[in-house]
Amino acid sequence: MWKLFQIELYKIFLRPRTYISFIAVAALVIVVQLGLKVDGKEYAAFVLADLSNTLQIDGKIINGYFVCYVILQLLLVHVPLLISLIAADMISGEANMGTLRFLLTKPISRTQFILAKFFAATVYTILLLIFMAILALFLSILIFGTDDMFILKNNYAVQIESADMLWRYAGAFVFAALAMTTVAALGFFLSQFADNSIGPIVATMSVIIVFTILSTMTIPIFSLIKPYLFTTHMVGWKEFFDVRLNEANETVRGTVQRPDKILKSAMILLTHIVVLVGASVYLFKRKDILS
Amino acid sequence: MSNIDIIKVSALTKQFKNLTAVNKLSFSVRQGDVYGFLGQNGAGKSTTIRMLLTLIAPTSGDIEMFGMKLKTNRNDILRQTGAVIEKPDVYKYLSAFDNLKLFAKLSGIKLTENQLLQQLETVGLVNRAHDEVKTFSQGMKQRLGIAIALVHNPELIVLDEPTNGLDPQGIADIRNLILHLSKEQKKTIVVSSHLLSEIEQVATKVLIIDKGKKIKEGLATELFDPSQTVIEITTLQNETCWNVLQQSVWKDRLVFQNKESVLLKLNKNDVPKLNQYLVQQNIEVLSIQLRNSLEDYFLQVTTGNQHVEAFSN
Repeated sequence: MWKLFQIELYKIFLRPRTYISFIAVAALVIVVQLGLKVDGKEYAAFVLADLSNTLQIDGKIINGYFVCYVILQLLLVHVPLLISLIAADMISGEANMGTLRFLLTKPISRTQFILAKFFAATVYTILLLIFMAILALFLSILIFGTDDMFILKNNYAVQIESADMLWRYAGAFVFAALAMTTVAALGFFLSQFADNSIGPIVATMSVIIVFTILSTMTIPIFSLIKPYLFTTHMVGWKEFFDVRLNEANETVRGTVQRPDKILKSAMILLTHIVVLVGASVYLFKRKDILS
Repeated sequence: MSNIDIIKVSALTKQFKNLTAVNKLSFSVRQGDVYGFLGQNGAGKSTTIRMLLTLIAPTSGDIEMFGMKLKTNRNDILRQTGAVIEKPDVYKYLSAFDNLKLFAKLSGIKLTENQLLQQLETVGLVNRAHDEVKTFSQGMKQRLGIAIALVHNPELIVLDEPTNGLDPQGIADIRNLILHLSKEQKKTIVVSSHLLSEIEQVATKVLIIDKGKKIKEGLATELFDPSQTVIEITTLQNETCWNVLQQSVWKDRLVFQNKESVLLKLNKNDVPKLNQYLVQQNIEVLSIQLRNSLEDYFLQVTTGNQHVEAFSN
C-alpha cells in the first residue's frame, strides 16, 4: 500500500498538469494582493461605506489577516476546479492512456490500488491548500503587516484581535482541506465511469455548481435537502471567524460562536468522503477493465 | 513440453448484457507451450485473455493457473505472469528506464540500475533508456511493453495481439523474441493474433475460437491437411496452363484461374512433379508459391469463409 501510494505521488508530481493548479493559485493570490496593495483603501471604504457614519475604525483595516480572508472567500469557490483536474483524472486518465490495464495485470490488490490513488489525490489537495495558505496568509502578512481583523457579516461587524487570528486560520485551512478532499472524493468517484478525463472533470464541476445553487437558493422545497448537500457545508471554514460575544457584547478570545456547527459540517463532509471512496472501492473491485 | 497444466480453463463464459462474448470455453495450456489463440476480431480472444489476467470477471466457469484458482489466488498467480494487452501503453512522460523501474516496483521486485538496463538491452532499447516514451515508435513501445512484462521473470507470458500496428521489421522482432523466450528461456507463452501467419510460425499449439466458442484445439501441425495445400502458379500463359492441367492427372486438383495465376490444391510434396510437368508442356513458369496455411484452415472453420465468399462475389 505504501509502495503504491509513493508511486501514485511520483506520477502526480511528474505530470506538468499538476503544476497548473499551483501556478493558478499563485497568480490569483498575487493579483488580489497587488490590487489591495494599490487600491486597498478605496476597497475598504467601499466595503465599510454603510458603517462609516456609525463606526470609527482605527488601525490598518487592510492588513495581512484581512487580505487572506478576502483571498479565501474568492478562491475557495474556484479551487474545486483545480482539485477536480487531478482527482477526476486519477482513474479515467489511466484508462485513457491505456496504463490501467497494464497496472492491473500486476500483483496488486484493486482495493489497495484505488485507496493509494485516493490518498495521493488527497495529498495533492492538502499540498495545494498549504501552498495557498503560505501565499495568502504569510505572504500577505509580509506585505501588509498585521492588525486586528475587521470583517462584515450579514447584519453585524466582527473585530478579531490580531493575537487571536493564527489558530483561526489554521482551523479554517484544515476545514477547507476537508471540504476540498470531499471534492476530490467526488471527482475520484466519477473518474471510474469514463475512459477520458474531460467527462469526470466536467461532471464534478457540474455537480458542485448545481449543489451550490441548491444550497444558496432560499426556496422552501430545497430547504429539505440543503442540510445534506456537501456544498452547504463547504463554507463552514467561515465559522472560525465568528467570535462568541460575552454579556458585555465583547468578543471572547479563543472562541467561536457555533463550534457545534463546525463539527456537524465536518462530520457531514467526512461522511461524504467515506461514502464516495467506499462506493469507488466497491465499484472498482467489480469493474471490467475494457479500455 | 511437460504434462503440467499452467492454465486450465473450464466452461468459461462472459456475458455483456445481450452479448455472449465467451461461451463455455474450455482449454488448457501446458508448461512450455507457445499457445496460439486465433480468432477474428470480436471472436472473444481479448475477453478471454483479460479474464485470465483478472481484468474482466467471468460470468461463469473456472480458471486455474499454476494449479491454483485464479479467483482466490490472484496475486500469487499474477506474480508468475507477465502480460502485454494489445498495445502496451506506458507513461509517455517517463523514460523507458523509469517506466521499467516503476512497473518492477509494482511487480514487487527491486532491480539495480544495471539489471534494469540489462532488461532494456534484451529488447534492444538500452540506447534509448533515458529518452521519454513519447518519442518512441510503436515498435519501440511494444518492445518496452514486453520488457515490462518480463521484468519480474515470469513463468507465463500472455501477449494479446502483440504485433498490432507494427511494421514488418517490428513483427519479425516480436516473432523472434517469442521464439527466443520459448526456446532459450523455456517460458510458457499465450499469444493471440489475427495475423494467422504469425501464429503459424511460433505456436506449438493452437486454439481457434469463433463467436466465443471453441472451434478447434490442437497441435499447429495437425490443424491443416498437408494434402490440401493451396499452390499458386504464375506463368506467362495462365490460360494455356489451366487448359493443359485440365487435361492432365492434376485436373481434379484445380481450384481457380485468373489473369494473374492458377490455383491448385495438392500435397506440397507433389510440387516438384507439377513443376516438371509444366516445363515438359512448354509452360513458362514464373513462380510456384505455397498459399495454403493455417489461415485457410482458419477461414474454413470460422465465419471468415462467409467474408471470403462475399468478397469473391
